[in-house]
Amino acid sequence: MTETTLLSVEDVAVDLPTPRGNLRAVDHVDLTIGVGRTLGIVGESGCGKTMLSRAILQLLPKKAKLSGRVMFDGQDLAQLDPERLRKLRGRSLAVVFQDPMTSLNPVLTIGTQLIETLQEHLELDSHAAKQRSAELLAAVGIPAPEQRLAQYPHHLSGGMRQRVAIAIALSCEPKLLIADEPTTALDVTIQAQILDLLAREQRRRHMAMILITHDLGVVAGRTDEVAVMYAGRVVERAPTAVLFKKMHMPYTEALLAAIPKIHAAPHTYLPAISGRPPDPTRPIQGCSFSPRCGYAAGLCFGAKPVLTVAESLDHQFACFHPIPAPAGVDA
Amino acid sequence: MATLELSIDEDVAVSAVARTRRLGPLFWMAIVWMIVVFAAAALADLLPLPSPTDMDMLARRAPASALHWLGTDGLGRDELARLVYGARISLTVGLCAPVIGVTIGGALGILAGYFRGRLESLIVGSMDVLLAFPPLILALAVTAYLGQSLLNLTCILGVLGVPAFMRVARAATLTLARREFVIAAQALGATHARILLRELLPNVFLPLLAFFLLGVAVTIVVEGALSFLGLGVPPPISSWGSMIGEGRESLEIAPRLAFLPAITMFLTVLSFNLVGDALKALTDPRQSAL
Repeated sequence: MTETTLLSVEDVAVDLPTPRGNLRAVDHVDLTIGVGRTLGIVGESGCGKTMLSRAILQLLPKKAKLSGRVMFDGQDLAQLDPERLRKLRGRSLAVVFQDPMTSLNPVLTIGTQLIETLQEHLELDSHAAKQRSAELLAAVGIPAPEQRLAQYPHHLSGGMRQRVAIAIALSCEPKLLIADEPTTALDVTIQAQILDLLAREQRRRHMAMILITHDLGVVAGRTDEVAVMYAGRVVERAPTAVLFKKMHMPYTEALLAAIPKIHAAPHTYLPAISGRPPDPTRPIQGCSFSPRCGYAAGLCFGAKPVLTVAESLDHQFACFHPIPAPAGVDA
Repeated sequence: MATLELSIDEDVAVSAVARTRRLGPLFWMAIVWMIVVFAAAALADLLPLPSPTDMDMLARRAPASALHWLGTDGLGRDELARLVYGARISLTVGLCAPVIGVTIGGALGILAGYFRGRLESLIVGSMDVLLAFPPLILALAVTAYLGQSLLNLTCILGVLGVPAFMRVARAATLTLARREFVIAAQALGATHARILLRELLPNVFLPLLAFFLLGVAVTIVVEGALSFLGLGVPPPISSWGSMIGEGRESLEIAPRLAFLPAITMFLTVLSFNLVGDALKALTDPRQSAL
């Protein structure tokens, strides 16, 4: 890794107390992301992706306990006092949420929401803020931006709203954008547009981006590096091209196999991953994936595999029975 | 792009028309009655009415005539003038007391719903104490201690309304605070004050307004009940409740003296309820999910 590190998540764990016992949502995760780079975090629902992003932003539920360090731009976000953290959010750290139906305030106009964010962080006067808002809306591909400023979120379609949410997130030129399943709530036809928009703005503004998704197909062409999460842990981490060429973790393979192939014959059986992720309040002894893994045997049920280095230093996986390379399935 | 613009404008226009249509004639009758009552109360001094306190002992309980349109009461005072001046008291108390309630209760409710934790327990707990206190006894105790006046009456009724408004505001805030736009605002570096005032307050405002109108109706009735019991404004000032109380003495001879203020109060309260219900239907959370 030659580029300078912008964010490094060091040994972060998140514990949530629940009526059924302690829930470890994020289990000792280490990640780094360089300036201007894109990291994809992939995993199925409930594997801790969102909790990890909230942990980075320090927006965890009040009862949650965070351990480890979140180093952003040379300072530990977990130790930062609330006021400095607040100034950092929105200014240097921005986030786009999954559902644009609920991430915009329904009773304020789009202009108000954009302009207030701009004024909060950049100390623009109202005229300059308004002008910049219109430019931002135009930049995210919204036609007639001047008129849109006076409209309410319910006047816009889902895709348009997500564009507005992206415009708000980009408004103060953040160094890091966290996109938490930005396309899950959208139409398939809109998904590609939004992802391309994010990629374009990311390149243009030279900001780093964390793209969280459950769809390996989404990260395939749009990220520099991918981290696959399962049951709160990172189970495989590699540069995107390497990961798709020779994955080692059976879970990654299973995720990839579960994507429908466009060339497959009609009525082809789609290999879904059977079963469900383990109950996070009842941690199991062995590898979390072992109950659902086709390769599991012996040691898999007795101990947790740790991240080990594969052929290259930037490719890591956590498995006792890695798939021998090259076993990459053609995406 | 032009077609997109057009379709949006049409949508807005259509929904506005549908909204007025849905309100129905009852809503508009209620609005007309409220305007009449408010205008009469506000312009009472300008209207060609006899004094509401001048007694004409020779014309006690006189029937309707050109001089006294609705006759006179047990002390020979003009019934219509007393009704109009009574509207002043009833509406002043009926509006001011809920304003106190909605301000204090709304603020406490939003704070409780947003910050949760100990503050919420404290606020909800103290409201429960206030609710558990018999309201009439409290009103009696306070008027006995501080004396009977319009201000005291308004304050008592206002404080009694605080728990209900607090509950409405807290319930609305609880659901809103979990919505993503509040987390999004936090992620954008908004201060607590900004989230409370700009993100939550505008969303809680409409359900509170609808509840406020129902609160006005309830307060008018409660004020009537207190005046009926002689705990309201001191005589000779008239309020609808005290007029009903005075009319009770001559129910057999001149039932209109009790029924006229009762009907006026009934219609006014009904109007407030109808308008409040219509607004509540408009701001139904199921529709605001848009």
